[in-house]
Amino acid sequence: MTDPLVIFDLLLGLSIVALALAVLSVRDLFAAIVLFVIFGLLSALAWVRLSAPDVALAEAAIGTGVTGALLLKTLHHLRYVTGTLDRPEAMNLTPVTPVPMPVLWVNAAFCGLIALGLAVAFLEAPKVGPGFDALVAEAMPASGVDHPVTAVLLNFRAYDTLMEVVVLLAAVIAVWQVERGLSEAPAPHLGEVWQGFARLALPAIVVVGTYLLWVGAEAPGGAFQGGAVLASVGLLLLLSRFYVPQPAHRGIARLAFVLGTGVFSAVALLVSGGGRVAFEYPLEHAKTLILLIEGLVTISIAVTLAALFHGREPVALGEEERRNDT
Amino acid sequence: MMLESLSMILIALGTVFFIAGTVGLLRFPDIYCRLHALTKADGLGLALIALGVALLADSMGEVFRIILIWFFVAVASATCGHLIARYERRSGEGPSYD
Amino acid sequence: MTTYLGVILVILLASILAGLVRVLRGRTPAERMIAAQLFGTAAVAILLILSQVMDLPALLDVAMVFALLAAVTLVAFVVLASRRIE
Repeated sequence: MTDPLVIFDLLLGLSIVALALAVLSVRDLFAAIVLFVIFGLLSALAWVRLSAPDVALAEAAIGTGVTGALLLKTLHHLRYVTGTLDRPEAMNLTPVTPVPMPVLWVNAAFCGLIALGLAVAFLEAPKVGPGFDALVAEAMPASGVDHPVTAVLLNFRAYDTLMEVVVLLAAVIAVWQVERGLSEAPAPHLGEVWQGFARLALPAIVVVGTYLLWVGAEAPGGAFQGGAVLASVGLLLLLSRFYVPQPAHRGIARLAFVLGTGVFSAVALLVSGGGRVAFEYPLEHAKTLILLIEGLVTISIAVTLAALFHGREPVALGEEERRNDT
Repeated sequence: MMLESLSMILIALGTVFFIAGTVGLLRFPDIYCRLHALTKADGLGLALIALGVALLADSMGEVFRIILIWFFVAVASATCGHLIARYERRSGEGPSYD
Repeated sequence: MTTYLGVILVILLASILAGLVRVLRGRTPAERMIAAQLFGTAAVAILLILSQVMDLPALLDVAMVFALLAAVTLVAFVVLASRRIE
């Protein structure tokens, strides 16, 4: 008899591919968003089955907490821009202007190239290889932490992680350049049940986010997972308007955006004196430095993701510039 | 051994409730009935599965975390059900009584 | 025991996939949302069982994140969609 887990894996893999096709082909944008959220959920399960709980945690936190809300907000914005906000069927908005054929073909060509490259890389890769497990295990004592994934992300390959934080920073700078103004929507009426739930759940989410950051030193978890979980607290506060951004808060937000990148780069450069290269932390301080970087990067990620969801720089606008779509 | 078979029974029962929830989602006529099927079947299904898994857990720490997970799913799914029903009643037609 | 739990996992996943029909053919956005909600709960159940099958207690953290963040997308939907009504 075949192992039922093999059937589970096959079913999971097939349904992820089927969902990806469904997301791309469905005409209704709202259905596409819901399908994409489910796609994220199933890919988190797939990462679990690949024994990668770190990635599964990140996928769970970003996929269920941030992506769905961000896409719904984008759809809302799109409906505002196209003037279909007051039409009841407008949740089923389809793209207004069709994409020109040349653009489609260029996109298809690029996708084909990427697929080809991936196929070549996959076929070229040795079927049973040692991987980097042995190398990482050997270098673990020099890393300052007990969890191999954290050691790779923040010590051996810290450069890559710094670049990821910079990408987030670039995204929020771009969004704040494009979108300005205060949001005028009144606080939504969500009822007493929601109030009670928020009182219970918001502190719990903060605790779990901090726990994920802390546990990253010896088990799956870390800055991205913790930051994404904390960002959803920001999302819920913004959605229920428990917190309303004010122009005066811009300075604090900007400081939080650059905190992670700034400290990360500063530490990398400061340790590089005296015969060391950048990111080569002195062993006796490695754990402290990694925790310092992770903690501040977590704050940056959380604030940046929440700001991306809010989507505009809080600036007081003149009367003629006011808008009230959100 | 005794504990293991008890946990097997609980997990199987929980799965039955999950199937019931899906059948309700597919077969019930309007959104209020479907919500009813989902929130109750899910809540009970997950409670039974969580109890079954807790019996298999190695340490008290795991048991504690499983209980917390169950608690938060129960609270969140009740809140979500309420929010959706409230939204639907305000935006469209109320439940039909025929 | 592992085989037994494996069969349960397949059944739970299949019940998620059957619910996809509702997402694809739902008439209103709210119907699609609640189907996604069911998937979240089922995914937590699958993770709880997998944490025993694969002997990875870290999966409980993944389940905890799912449990706590399940409400975020739904609240975003309710708040944004209500702005049209009021």
